[in-house]
Amino acid sequence: MPDASISLLVNGAPVSVTPGTTVAAAILMSGPRARISVTGEPRAPLCGMGICFECRATINGFAHTRSCQVLCEPGMDVRTA
Amino acid sequence: MSEDWDVVVAGAGIVGAACAHECASRGLRTAIVEAGEIGGGATAAGMGHIVVMDDSPAQLALTSYSQGLWRELASRLPAGAEYESCGTLWVASDEEEMEEVHRKRALYATVGIASEVLDSHSLSEAEPHLSPALAGALLVPSDGVLYPPCAAEYLVRDSVRLGAKLYSPFKVISAGDGLVRLNDGTELRAPRIINALGSEATTLLPDLPIRKRKGHLVITDRYPGFVHHQLVELGYLKSAHSIATDSVAFNIQPRKTGQVLLGSSRQFGAEDSTVDYSMVAAMIERARVFMPEIGTLSAIRIWTGFRAATPDKLPLIGPWQDDPTLFLAAGHEGLGITTSLGTAKVLVDYLVDGETQIPIDPYLPARFVRSEAHA
Repeated sequence: MPDASISLLVNGAPVSVTPGTTVAAAILMSGPRARISVTGEPRAPLCGMGICFECRATINGFAHTRSCQVLCEPGMDVRTA
Repeated sequence: MSEDWDVVVAGAGIVGAACAHECASRGLRTAIVEAGEIGGGATAAGMGHIVVMDDSPAQLALTSYSQGLWRELASRLPAGAEYESCGTLWVASDEEEMEEVHRKRALYATVGIASEVLDSHSLSEAEPHLSPALAGALLVPSDGVLYPPCAAEYLVRDSVRLGAKLYSPFKVISAGDGLVRLNDGTELRAPRIINALGSEATTLLPDLPIRKRKGHLVITDRYPGFVHHQLVELGYLKSAHSIATDSVAFNIQPRKTGQVLLGSSRQFGAEDSTVDYSMVAAMIERARVFMPEIGTLSAIRIWTGFRAATPDKLPLIGPWQDDPTLFLAAGHEGLGITTSLGTAKVLVDYLVDGETQIPIDPYLPARFVRSEAHA
């Protein structure tokens, strides 16, 4: 067990994860979906390897970032809508 | 099988579609022949910027005339055509280019196109993502953008509603002496045949002075509000229109979806449609000079297309001297979407009445024959 944990914000709510956790995983820890599509459908990570683009989120102000390709860092601001 | 028509239009890109629509609107019995999809060539590859440009007096006349025709048509276009009167901002880098901004404003006023000079501060307010180091811009509010394949589709469908017939997918094998032969053996007879095949027009008339000029475009994911107007660097004519060399220019467009469309590149002698990443990199580097944050956006597709370029950057509109039944509406380079409607009016006015609302002379194909004869 890693002894340190990382705190970040997902849609304004604090989430604690172990180092090495992807942002996609942190998003799922905070709720059931990653984002809402332009036609209003709920989306969640599918491939987990940067291909399907379903896990996109705004990370530290950068929109449409594939959250499965980014590891959590302390103080990150993650937004799914 | 042989059928008789008043007019046969070869090509259902935006120019052919506009010509067919104009013919059908005048009550001419019109056939349209398209080998692929409606608006599937350069029409689908371009930006869809409806823009007044002043590379020459004839270009200013045709683009300003056409921009007005698009504004008239706009309310009848389907939602999918995504017409938006977002205006163009011609961005000036320095005080020397600001002098050009003032010259351009005065020139546009002579053809009834209103525009407004923005200083550096007003430009930053209008487009916060532009570099604050820019000197200012000319805003042309009546310019717009649309999604050209849907506009071409509308023009063809409305032509059919008016009685025209679409032959698709059929390839024109030969055209001349009042006869168009299709690949399945069908013969269409008409006293007027319009070649609107764009960069493919030379397949029927190898002597036409049309060359393919390759371009690249990049489209991003959705970033609503990132850019509000079509932005073009004022040095566009300098950097993009030198005929001799490969070039890039800053040219960026907001789509209704929130996506950002980024251009532009120009290359002669590149016949291969493969994406050339050195050109794309040069486009993005050029864009970063004007809009530093462009590099933070995520691109989702890159594609290429071929403009139909003529030596004097003006289209070929009018009769082909070797055959009294053959007419041209081709060679529109990067302005085919804008000038399609004006081209159609000028050509069909010329065919039907012999009189046009703007002079046809600068666009007549015979200009190249004359210059060769004098050389």
